Amino acid sequence: MAIEVRIPTILRSYTGGAKVVEGTGDTLGDLLADLDSRHAGLKARLVTEAGALHRFVNVYVNDEDVRFLGALDAKLNDGDSVTILPAVAGGAFGFAAAAAIAQHGAATAARSAVAAR
Amino acid sequence: MARYDSLLDACGGTPLVGLPRLSPTVPDGAPPVRLWAKLEDRNPTGSIKDRAALFMVRAAEESGRLRPGDTILEPTSGNTGISLAMVAKLRGYRLVCVMPENVSTERVQLLRMYGAEIIFSPAAGGSNQAVATAKLISAEHPDWVMLYQYGNEANARAHYETTGPELLHDLPTITHFVAGLGTTGTLMGTGRYLREKVDGIQVVAAEPRYGELVYGLRNIDEGYVPELYDATVLSRRFSVGTRDAVLRTRQLVEVEGIFAGFSTGAILHAALAVAHEAVRAGQRADVAFVVCDGGWKYLSTGAYGGTLADAEEALEGQLWA
Repeated sequence: MAIEVRIPTILRSYTGGAKVVEGTGDTLGDLLADLDSRHAGLKARLVTEAGALHRFVNVYVNDEDVRFLGALDAKLNDGDSVTILPAVAGGAFGFAAAAAIAQHGAATAARSAVAAR
Repeated sequence: MARYDSLLDACGGTPLVGLPRLSPTVPDGAPPVRLWAKLEDRNPTGSIKDRAALFMVRAAEESGRLRPGDTILEPTSGNTGISLAMVAKLRGYRLVCVMPENVSTERVQLLRMYGAEIIFSPAAGGSNQAVATAKLISAEHPDWVMLYQYGNEANARAHYETTGPELLHDLPTITHFVAGLGTTGTLMGTGRYLREKVDGIQVVAAEPRYGELVYGLRNIDEGYVPELYDATVLSRRFSVGTRDAVLRTRQLVEVEGIFAGFSTGAILHAALAVAHEAVRAGQRADVAFVVCDGGWKYLSTGAYGGTLADAEEALEGQLWA
């Protein structure tokens, strides 16, 4: 038995288009190293040079966020299911608009501060 | 209390109801494991977002950012827009909502009924087009006020000051709090309050895992985490897929008579997971979870009937939470 890993669309260029690949490893870090040996470049998209999970990547073991299970040190067992997803918050539209609003919010806050003086 | 001076005063104070049929059975002599539902659909516009909308508007009034007759700009088609539309109407503001043109007609009708104006961003352009539209509007109208729920401390504070104390008052033996993760306001505010008051409280997040179409274009180098989010408030975080969310939403109405939207189904799925873990560990648990809204706005998806596979297909590509 192995560990099943679900790959998001955006990363399937590394897996030859495969939605699901299999790998082995006692920890998430080991699993990603194993996957990278067959799907070169995949690990670098998920893990920073400093060796932490990329901020905008979420990885789940059996539907639970690995950041609360030890992150790259999270223990894995045969038969586990790992899902990789891009971070999305508050729905796609909220996500899309957020950056624009943050800029606007900063601008109005600055203007209010000027007006208050 | 059952009498209020106005609808705004009737915000919050929602019932907490036990789920005797959905709570797991424990072996003889083992401590009880109980599920409790916080019925946020009992708020004035029918969702938990009324709390945040009211607090955000009040905070903006107090700081002088929002003055009588001002225009509020809100780029959402969801419950926050509906809540803000009601609050804006009663407090004397104009609300302009920006939303993709492919949202459901219920949403458009509800917002217009509450008096909001709507600017549609072209669906064809996807999220890039939505960003462009939002930028364009904010540049053209620098005097319009954006409350920005993802980074507005009043969003989380609403739950720190109301949802959290209500839960502790009604359920002093609470061991777990489970809620949805969107703007993160509910979990941050309620979670912080409960962590201060209850030793060993578990704060559990349930986030929706949508169909692939939703993530299809998402670039992991340009992701987004709301400014309000502080991972140290959470104990655990679950990702719940469409099928599990639909299954639990149906179970909730079939078994306990609570008719809720699909985000509540996702939350119930996580609540049941921690409840069953407590049973296996032989531990007492009082698991309180949030019913975000009723199911009315989602009936047109058709996902309340038919097979689970059909429901999953009906919701593919939709932001069901």
